[in-house]
Amino acid sequence: MTFLGIDLLFALEKILLISAVLAVSLVVAMYCTWGERKVAGWIQDRIGPDRAGPLGLLQPLADGGKLFFKEEIIPTNANRGLFILGPSLAMLTACMTGAVLPWGDTLTFGNTQVSLQVADINVGILYIFGVVGLGVYGIMIGGWASNNKFSLLAAVRGASQIISYELAMGLSLIALLMLTGTLSLKEIVEQQRAGYWNVVYQPLGFFLFLICAFAECNRAPFDLPEAENELNGGYHLEYSSMKLGFFLFAEYINMFISSALMATLYFGGYSFPYMDQIGLDGNWLTILGMGALFFKTICFIFFFMWVRWTLPRFRYDQLMKLGWKVLIPLALVNMLITGALILWQQS
Amino acid sequence: MSLHEIIFIILSVVSIVTALGVIISKNPVNSVLSLIVLFFSITCHYVMLNAQFLAIVNFIVYMGAIMVLFLFVIMLLNLNSELEPQKRNWLKYAGAVSGGALLLVITGILRSASMASLDMNTASDIGLIKNLGNVLFKQYVVPFEISSILFLSAMIGAVVLGKKD
Amino acid sequence: MEALTNRAQAVDRRPMNFWERIYIPAIMKGLGITFKHLFRKKATVRFPEETRQFSPVFRGLHVLNRDEEGRENCTACGLCAVACPAEAITMEAAERKEGEEHLYREEKYAARYEINMLRCIFCGFCEEACPKDAIYMTETFAPANYQRKGFIYGKDDLLIPNPKEKA
Repeated sequence: MTFLGIDLLFALEKILLISAVLAVSLVVAMYCTWGERKVAGWIQDRIGPDRAGPLGLLQPLADGGKLFFKEEIIPTNANRGLFILGPSLAMLTACMTGAVLPWGDTLTFGNTQVSLQVADINVGILYIFGVVGLGVYGIMIGGWASNNKFSLLAAVRGASQIISYELAMGLSLIALLMLTGTLSLKEIVEQQRAGYWNVVYQPLGFFLFLICAFAECNRAPFDLPEAENELNGGYHLEYSSMKLGFFLFAEYINMFISSALMATLYFGGYSFPYMDQIGLDGNWLTILGMGALFFKTICFIFFFMWVRWTLPRFRYDQLMKLGWKVLIPLALVNMLITGALILWQQS
Repeated sequence: MSLHEIIFIILSVVSIVTALGVIISKNPVNSVLSLIVLFFSITCHYVMLNAQFLAIVNFIVYMGAIMVLFLFVIMLLNLNSELEPQKRNWLKYAGAVSGGALLLVITGILRSASMASLDMNTASDIGLIKNLGNVLFKQYVVPFEISSILFLSAMIGAVVLGKKD
Repeated sequence: MEALTNRAQAVDRRPMNFWERIYIPAIMKGLGITFKHLFRKKATVRFPEETRQFSPVFRGLHVLNRDEEGRENCTACGLCAVACPAEAITMEAAERKEGEEHLYREEKYAARYEINMLRCIFCGFCEEACPKDAIYMTETFAPANYQRKGFIYGKDDLLIPNPKEKA
């Protein structure tokens, strides 16, 4: 069956896959809010939310319901259209990234092979990079449209932070790309499946990428764009109800996606040690691999939370100094060393 | 009509409308926002041509970096219609004349240029990153390096200007 | 000056060395500390199901006592009001009439007896000052209220239930 030259079965497969990826990222992000509060509780010798449902597992639903039913306030002098566009863009860019991540190998149904990756484009990493860069617009437009000087200042703060750390992130990735020789995420995972994980070859690169991922997600200790207490709130100062919720939710989706990205780029993605030696094959291996990816991702998410409840926030000048004077030179040095080693190995 | 044509027509309409929006809209922030949408539709055009690398670079560099800086500056300037300086009449005429001249030149070039039709079967891989890299680093390596020196000098210049205070 | 304890430490103001300046070891140490706290015993008391144990000497809300026959002990002598450092107690005395012997133990009683729980510091001096064993402090504390006047407890709030009526 075809329509306008596209195979309908193919389209259906992709639509299902996209819905699944979206649903999974939303659900994981939802339970990240629960996890965050639990981890915060445990670290502070409390028990965290435990009232809504067993272990407080229905807490995210309760929170979401609360946000939806709260009064929606749009400031009188705000630019209405852009005010609504801001959180929508934040959500959109957060959800777009999941499209190129390989969530698993291929599943086989009868004689159709279903790849668990929405789009294996050959510039996968650059795509993620671009979409992350686009995330700035949600912050900037939201902050500007509120017509409040504090949200505007916070938006500028956030945008310059994200742009600054994007540079270091890109530079740390280049070293990885020199090693792998491909921009396709699927191929990077397959290479790690055959050999060692990339973190073995690129420890410094991974470390830099990790720090930049913290900054890109606006997570503590880099959460100045939304500093609640000492900086008058952030770019979402004028937001209320679910529009505020979308901003915060987008942050959790970003955290999930960047955790999955780190697992994919540096920790073997859906592959795990002795994957090809345990004697399983086909769909079971794929499902196991998916589980491995999710396990790694959740470990990273836990790390994000752990760091948030350990470290205090940077001052803004320290943040900029770290980004431009420490991370970028380190990333350049890492690039240089990697290039030199590759050349030395080739000769 | 094939799917490609439909998408192409939609994208082209979006491009033209947003390009007009850049010039027409009174609010500079709206101008910049339509420019962003314009860049996005151009990115989609690149994807349609299977030039993925160009598309993503356009996406990252223009949409992700340059337009953010534009938006930055315009938002901080806080331009209002009251603050807008009165334009002098001769400035309008000068603008119209120079714009018209540019239009003439472009139409002249387009008329005389021979539009080689791209053979989609053989040339469809030309925009992929591997081929582009080969062309850039083998055939055009000298211009590439020279342009990088240009960027370096611009960066150093910016640092020097910033250091002066 | 003599140090009061032996725990005082001089502040180290030497410039940081390289290891200290890259902060990574310090961050690792901090992460280690918070990780240890993940498994600590939680301090939370799940309130409605569990309640915190009071110490036996806890001083909570006041009650006015009655004797075995249900008569009020208080004779409105005013010693508690004098003893009160926060001046939270006010009272008005009245003379016992004929036929009220089953209500008040002595010839004089408190017609009005008020404690302002917002002023009270729960020191327990009133309890100690009382010569008639009339005022005691219990193991509950004042519940929240929307108005300040809700915290002024009168005789209705303070008197313990009559043991005879209950029986």
